[in-house]
Amino acid sequence: MTKELVCIECPVGCTLSVDWQGCAVTRVSGNKCPRGEKYAVEEIQNPMRILTSAVVCEGLSLKMLPVRTDRPIPKARLTDAMQAVRAMRLRRPVRSGETIAANFLNLGVDLIATRDST
Amino acid sequence: MKKRDLVIVGGGPAGMAAALTAHKEGVRDILLLERDQYLGGILNQCIHTGFGISYFKEILTGPEYAGRFVHRIRNTPAIEISLKSFVVHLTKDKVLTYITPGRMEVVQARALIMATGCREKTREMVHIPGTRPAGIFSAGLAQKLINIEGLLPGKAVVIVGSGDIGLIMARRFILEGAQVKAVIEIQKTSRGLKRNIVQCVQDFDIPLYFNHKIACIHGKDRVEKVTVCRVDDAFNEVDDSRFEIACDTVLVSVGLIPENELIEMAGVAIDHRTNSPISDAVNATSVPGIFVCGNSFKVYDLADSVTADSELCGRMAAIYLSRR
Ligand code: SF4
Repeated sequence: MTKELVCIECPVGCTLSVDWQGCAVTRVSGNKCPRGEKYAVEEIQNPMRILTSAVVCEGLSLKMLPVRTDRPIPKARLTDAMQAVRAMRLRRPVRSGETIAANFLNLGVDLIATRDST
Repeated sequence: MKKRDLVIVGGGPAGMAAALTAHKEGVRDILLLERDQYLGGILNQCIHTGFGISYFKEILTGPEYAGRFVHRIRNTPAIEISLKSFVVHLTKDKVLTYITPGRMEVVQARALIMATGCREKTREMVHIPGTRPAGIFSAGLAQKLINIEGLLPGKAVVIVGSGDIGLIMARRFILEGAQVKAVIEIQKTSRGLKRNIVQCVQDFDIPLYFNHKIACIHGKDRVEKVTVCRVDDAFNEVDDSRFEIACDTVLVSVGLIPENELIEMAGVAIDHRTNSPISDAVNATSVPGIFVCGNSFKVYDLADSVTADSELCGRMAAIYLSRR
């Protein structure tokens, strides 16, 4: 089977043509760099996305602390990951890059702060 | 009146990059004015990824991208940062008046860089008919309410325009548990990046209508629904194409315009179609010693481009000062 995908790894947005059989990608074309090929394989087998959101702070300089997963998580898990983020309350000062939740939802990624909140 | 070599208005990505480069090129007396209580400008509310790919060769969020420049500025004592400082008057001799809590200051700049960014076009500027209930927001305002204030402006949203901020907000509303009923785009294609069409709209099965516009917004106190219609090549309504979408919120994401009222006050020539300075070179203006960079010079798609352009501007200001 052949499928057209748009690579979302960078703002160029190459249109990729992907051939695959079962779960195996046999050919990727249209990518202007190697990242496009990796993206295409992942997108067919198990689409992954970085989650970015914000956590409610209590008693800190910011009302909302922006956070993200340090690596992509399966796209299918975005919704329950968001439910967990919405339930969180942050009461301690953090620095950008600091871990807010290690091994977040057992997904093998950390949820990290992307800004300082004192 | 205090005299300063270089005054920079705006502490977003443009102003910070210009300040750091001017310093690197030898300017040793720099005042950076920012109206907010933090440096970083609009990047602070752009919590999604996609920043830094060309400048840092890394994928960063807006606050992370801003944070790298804030850190460098804070480690450069020759750059004086004045927060909560709002410029209210500017003359062609580069005399600035700004207000800051408790006082008003007047400062004479030998060179001036305006890095005031841009603002969103409004419903009024694109003539969307209907009533004027609560629930109509520009996309960037909704972004600020959700990401900075922690407030969700609505539960069932229709987005007008498929620019990047509108697309990013479609995903943001979905992740916060709201419904996004549709994105309505009058053009044949989106002005937004393709990656945002994929990861913000298609990922969540949000209907995206090209060649459509809002014929009417309905609602008395709060938005209740919108009437949508198809348009022809001249953007006129196609007969019998109307349909309704129930919603409580309309987001307007129809483009940005440079913010240049201060330099206009100072006599700088402005092109009123684009609100950009009329100039024969990027970052220069019709008044010697007044420079403009970033989205107030022209609206860029990427913060990385703003940084590159603003570094050039910092260098231009340093050369101007060294020749005087
Ligand atoms: S293939 Fe490479 S250049 Fe093309 S969009 Fe993907 S990352 Fe960007």
